[in-house]
Amino acid sequence: MTAELIHRLHFAFTITFHYLFPQLTMGLALLIVVLKSVAIRTGSEEWDRAARFWGRIFAINFVFGVVTGIPMEFEFGTNWARFSRLSGGVIGQPLAMEGVFSFFLESAFLGLFLYGEKRISKLMHWFSAVMVFLGSWISGFFIIVTDAWMQHPVAFDRLPNGQFEVLSFWQLLLNPWALLQYAHNMTGAVITGSFVMAAVGAFFLLEGRLQNYGRIFLKVGVIAGVISSILIIFPTGDMHGKYVARNQPAAIAAMEGQFKTESGAGMVLIGQPNEETGLIDNPIVVNDALSFLIYGTTKAEVKGLDQIPQDQWPTALPLLFYAYHIMAGLGTWFALLMIVAAFLLWRGRLYSARWAQWALLLSFPLPYIANTAGWMTAELGRQPWLIYGLMRTSEGYSNTVSASNGLFTLLGFMGLYALLGLLFTVLIYREISNGPEPKSAAAIHAN
Amino acid sequence: MGFIWFWLVAVMIVGYVVLDGFDLGVGVLHLFLVRTETERRSTLASIGPVWDGNEVWLLAGGGTLYFAFPLLYASAFSGFYLPLMIVLWLLILRGVSLELRNHIDVGVWRALLDGLFGLASALLTIFFGAALANVLRGVPLQADGYFFLPLWTNWQPGPRPGILDWYTVIGGLVALTALTLHGALWLTIKISGDLAERARSIVTPLWLGLVALTAVSLAATIAVRPASLYNYFNYPITFIVPAGVVASLAAVWLFNRAAQPVKAFLSSSLYLFFMLAGACWSLYPTLLPATTGSANDITLSRAISGPHTLAVGLVWWSFGMALAVCYIVFVYSRFHGKVDLGVSGH
Repeated sequence: MTAELIHRLHFAFTITFHYLFPQLTMGLALLIVVLKSVAIRTGSEEWDRAARFWGRIFAINFVFGVVTGIPMEFEFGTNWARFSRLSGGVIGQPLAMEGVFSFFLESAFLGLFLYGEKRISKLMHWFSAVMVFLGSWISGFFIIVTDAWMQHPVAFDRLPNGQFEVLSFWQLLLNPWALLQYAHNMTGAVITGSFVMAAVGAFFLLEGRLQNYGRIFLKVGVIAGVISSILIIFPTGDMHGKYVARNQPAAIAAMEGQFKTESGAGMVLIGQPNEETGLIDNPIVVNDALSFLIYGTTKAEVKGLDQIPQDQWPTALPLLFYAYHIMAGLGTWFALLMIVAAFLLWRGRLYSARWAQWALLLSFPLPYIANTAGWMTAELGRQPWLIYGLMRTSEGYSNTVSASNGLFTLLGFMGLYALLGLLFTVLIYREISNGPEPKSAAAIHAN
Repeated sequence: MGFIWFWLVAVMIVGYVVLDGFDLGVGVLHLFLVRTETERRSTLASIGPVWDGNEVWLLAGGGTLYFAFPLLYASAFSGFYLPLMIVLWLLILRGVSLELRNHIDVGVWRALLDGLFGLASALLTIFFGAALANVLRGVPLQADGYFFLPLWTNWQPGPRPGILDWYTVIGGLVALTALTLHGALWLTIKISGDLAERARSIVTPLWLGLVALTAVSLAATIAVRPASLYNYFNYPITFIVPAGVVASLAAVWLFNRAAQPVKAFLSSSLYLFFMLAGACWSLYPTLLPATTGSANDITLSRAISGPHTLAVGLVWWSFGMALAVCYIVFVYSRFHGKVDLGVSGH
């Protein structure tokens, strides 16, 4: 295995595992604010306990997110030194801003939210929840700004020594790519939060215990779920996709499996791209749909891979194609399921429709898959570039760190994360089975 | 501009060591000092609401280093690849074991997590001390600005050193002792009763050890890199920094004896500040000295980012850190006073 491949796998593996946690905490942070706000407005102890229950789930996820997040900042230097040396002046800024503007805020107020409820007023406790939400969403923004600059570099200049230099701070932060990607990504996080909340609600109702909480979770989860599942397709997904099509024609052609340039291009729903023949095997196609989705008319010409030099094709073309289709397919399922569930909720039948509760319960892993597949689409689509059009991935990894040393630490991370995953599952399962009701005095003592 | 950013990064490092330092120290100590589950819970509750925020200084400091000195970030992080990965694993184990013990009520598992937490804390202090010693000793930088260090070679700080040699091990021991002492002083502030007495009485042996190790490490640093003294002789006024080390050490002992825990803790913070500031000043304007000849040194002017990056950065950095200090002061003020398990529900 080459050093380049090892360093890519190193980052890909650790970031994929990491992002399982923030996607839930960012989504949940919003929903906890909703629960806490209702509790404050109505004075309902039940909604307050619901907020505390999700606060505990949040806390476990937050810890796993923090400890798996620290390696990400380090790996820019450890595994991608040549890239960092040239680009640090640009992307080092949003990364440092994440620490300065978001992590201090988030950690301070999470400490207050979790440990300080009896030391602060009710309103201050609500305010802490809002600040945790703000902190986590600001954090997401700076990470997206970092990624967006690699996808679509703006507002930079090059110094005589080759380093990139920021020309305009605001243009860096307001990179159009970043704004579109942020909207799409945060909607995806809310989908994860909503599906998890709805699934726990469905679980309680199907089990026939803690039914009052089950109803709260189902209601909040489905309302947030139907809104976010629609927003993820339109406008955020639609706009982001069109922007990718304009700026990364190779990526969109590979995502859609469009080998040949044609007008009235069809959209492949399922199939296997064949790089040797330049065709899709076993395709199921909707005629003209791709031209329409990108350009708004069924006859528009869509640029295919044939117009792009082969050394600029995304390097893992089939994986990119599948990642994109998995994301889009699951996104369709989210919208269908949530629209049905929201309809049932509106008609007052959701709490008794066990088939819908089962569907919601079983669907909770799917947003994790969709969010992961979405990020794979973005990052594989950027290949073979590390900074799009400016620096190739092969020029960016740390060439002083051998493949052998890289593999050593990659295996170390795999072992450690397998352990963390196991521990996480046990803890979350335990927290969910304990439920939102406060423990009896005896149980607290034993704890 | 380079001068300012050098010291801003130094401020972040000092902030990290002073703040995360005490919770690392508490992590080391709780293995030896604590006798009952209630004591352990109070001990951990004394750092529970703040340890994560303390660790943010490391991340924010890393980010600051990244954009202000990209060459140094790239070179040092890839060159110290193996120890940094070990540090990451230790940080992961430590964070998870501390936070999750509260979610588990099986004694055996708790004991395992407590042991992990203590061990990871101790190893982290040693690695951080050794890391600083590596920077002071220098690394085998090549002309292109990169290097790669194995974990150890022949344990000698020669031209082809490893991460660990006799000199860097001393650095690790200084950090272990200094931060354990720092943690003990934190406990004397936050804990009442028997445990606080035990924390107070362990300060004396730790203090004696630290005095000896500080003297040895200063002498060793001068022996390993005589150039460390140049700045001091060129600007004799700066001998105030080693004088500050001695004075703050003395103050730790006096205030602890006089049962003034807050002042003793602040003195220990000052000790850490003077030690780190002294180290930074002995390097300036070099950031990472080369054992392969000073032509390969990574210097301030070689590693610094472009002027616009730094100018813009100064604006948001000052604003952001001012805000951050406000939250931190607010949180510490909410959790001031002795730990009371009755109101620290989780």
